[in-house]
Amino acid sequence: MTTTAPPPTDVATGRPAPTGGASDRVRAERRLGWILAGPAFAVMLLVTAYPIVQAVYDSLFSYRLTDPGNRSFVGLGNYWVVLTDTLWWQSFGVTVLITVVTVAVELVLGFALALVMLKALKGLRPILRAAILLPYAIITVVSAFAWQFAFDLTSGFVNTWFAWLPGVSADTDWFGGTGTSLLVICLAEIWKTTPFISLLLLAGLAQVPDVLQEAAQVDGATWWQRMRKVTIPNMKAAIMVALLFRTLDAFRVFDSVFVMTAGANGTETVSFLAYRQTIARLEIGLGSAVSVLLFLSVVLIAFGFIKGFKVDLSQARGEK
Amino acid sequence: MRQRRRRRLGTAAVAALALCGLAGCGVSDPGPPTLTWYINPDSGGQEEIAARCSAAAGGAYDIDVSVLPRESSEQRQQLVRRLAAGDSSIDIMSLDPPYIPEFAQAGFLAPMPPEVASDVSDGVVQSAIDGATWDGQLVTVPFWANTQLLWYKKSVAEAAGLDMTQPVTWDQLVTAAQEQDTQIAAQGRRAESLVVWFNALIASAGGAVIAQTADDPADIQLGLDTPQAARAAEVMRAVADSGAVGPAFTTAGEDESVASFENGDASFMVNWPFVWGRAGSGVEGGTLDQSVVDDYGWAVYPQVEAGTPSAPPYGGINLGVGASSRHPDLAYQATQCITSDENQAYYFVSNGNPAASLAVFEDPEVVAEFPMAPVIAQSLQQAAPRPQTAYYSEVSGSLQRIYHPPTAVTPDVTGPAAAELIRAVLSGEELL
Repeated sequence: MTTTAPPPTDVATGRPAPTGGASDRVRAERRLGWILAGPAFAVMLLVTAYPIVQAVYDSLFSYRLTDPGNRSFVGLGNYWVVLTDTLWWQSFGVTVLITVVTVAVELVLGFALALVMLKALKGLRPILRAAILLPYAIITVVSAFAWQFAFDLTSGFVNTWFAWLPGVSADTDWFGGTGTSLLVICLAEIWKTTPFISLLLLAGLAQVPDVLQEAAQVDGATWWQRMRKVTIPNMKAAIMVALLFRTLDAFRVFDSVFVMTAGANGTETVSFLAYRQTIARLEIGLGSAVSVLLFLSVVLIAFGFIKGFKVDLSQARGEK
Repeated sequence: MRQRRRRRLGTAAVAALALCGLAGCGVSDPGPPTLTWYINPDSGGQEEIAARCSAAAGGAYDIDVSVLPRESSEQRQQLVRRLAAGDSSIDIMSLDPPYIPEFAQAGFLAPMPPEVASDVSDGVVQSAIDGATWDGQLVTVPFWANTQLLWYKKSVAEAAGLDMTQPVTWDQLVTAAQEQDTQIAAQGRRAESLVVWFNALIASAGGAVIAQTADDPADIQLGLDTPQAARAAEVMRAVADSGAVGPAFTTAGEDESVASFENGDASFMVNWPFVWGRAGSGVEGGTLDQSVVDDYGWAVYPQVEAGTPSAPPYGGINLGVGASSRHPDLAYQATQCITSDENQAYYFVSNGNPAASLAVFEDPEVVAEFPMAPVIAQSLQQAAPRPQTAYYSEVSGSLQRIYHPPTAVTPDVTGPAAAELIRAVLSGEELL
């Protein structure tokens, strides 16, 4: 059995775009488009582009907030300091680790939850969706505190409930070591953002045409075959978009680390490093350099996904 | 009918406006200027003092309070960013002493009138004056002064044969805790509390984190590559490795320490006097047995070298006046009212925060409520401030990074490593 894709349907206008001089109508439409999208574009420039440009500019200076008089231009010096520092690479490694682990687990869990939501009885569906979405509605700092209290040695219940597990006892200090701290941080992240990924996957699942499923069933395909050959290929775009969004998000992890360990035991992430240079040390230049490098990492991830995996964002929105 | 009523209402409103305009009532009268006091979270004492001083001012000013975050490092972050942006709403601020040099150096504090300076330093404990001074000038008003005591269970100390009327050493405590199979509660968490502990150890050993301070961060001379620093690290490691600390020692702060002291796991603890107020409310709330509190004992901070008086941690709150305040004179007037002996005594009794003024420690009400007041007063006289530098945040952050976890501190290695990191961070060569 080969991969089955739906016949190309043309939901868009289907009219070939005028190649020569645009007609009056097209020009008017284009103008309308700018008028409609213009304000949003201007707002985006103001709230996104301006801070990015400002950060890039600041990163070229040695600039301390309490000592603005001694601001001096250092060129790419700040980047050199950051990139030759082992702390940066260690934080980078921790961030990559958290990202890979959480996104992989969330994808599997989220897919399972999406299937459950899809197959659930009609009457049950709204309740189920609300229940699954609930963690996502909770503020990250609050969820981080909840997980911290749960695993805390004095206030937590985890040590008493899970004492039967090897390696867990009443005296297990989860936040006293790198591995266990990262485990709790990852758990909190997974618990909180799996609903987001499952919601995106649910949208993808709903797009798989029933006719294909029925045809495969008639052909005698098993559930697993239908999943592999029909469902997943047809929702590849949705999966890639879900992965992309979550990876970008996971790479900027901050709240859980800040609340649970405050960076102790080698759990610092790249965002945390940027926070400490800018907000705690007040070294605006150095902190901006870290932020710019974080931004570049995120851009690279997005670019890699879009080029490497051929993610088509417009397809996920159902435009094609 | 309805329409007519509406019209009548409208006429009344116009008339009222006209009357107000003539008589100058309501909006047109600005009233006394409002001073905003940024306070650290407490049990409501500062708000009450603000109300008392507003009433006492007789219309000269009104004090409003605005609450800062709970952690002192976050209080600093918020204040610094506001002050750097020239926020004129900061008239008075409650400042943690280690950050005073940074604020003073950056010009965030309004200069103190000489008559205020002489008034507010009169009869104030020396460590509080030292902490409020930068470049030979008093830059903030000492409000309350904090210090850590050695808290112990009388029954356990007696069983261990410790004579608590005499100063004890850390080594004695470790031995006693091991013998009695109990714990010592100290703050091993990677936070400011770890620096508080380390600074007290190095100062008690006769050293200092910063041997010679300087305006240029590159010229600051550190005292971390010294025998005193090695001795401090040795004591820290001895406590961490003694087997007489809790399982969460490397993540324990002040609150975790006092919890283990209350539930009986720990019988010795170094901590601030809020412990006493907490015990009182625990008994009132039924979460703590009176017999436990009756067993509480207190003494001056443990010594590092037997016979050499210890240098307990110094903390507390100072009042600074914002450089961009619209009413710096009134604000300084208000700080004089806030820090009156009467208000300090009230704050001590109601919120458990010891006064900066020595006279308050003899107040009968204070002594009745805080039987350890004389020990606190003595401790404050001996106390050593944390490193006085405009780059305190960097110094503290570096110390936290290198000296955590205390279970991995090595006397001859950790000190030089910390010195190297601080040097690199201050000269902008390394991240923190």
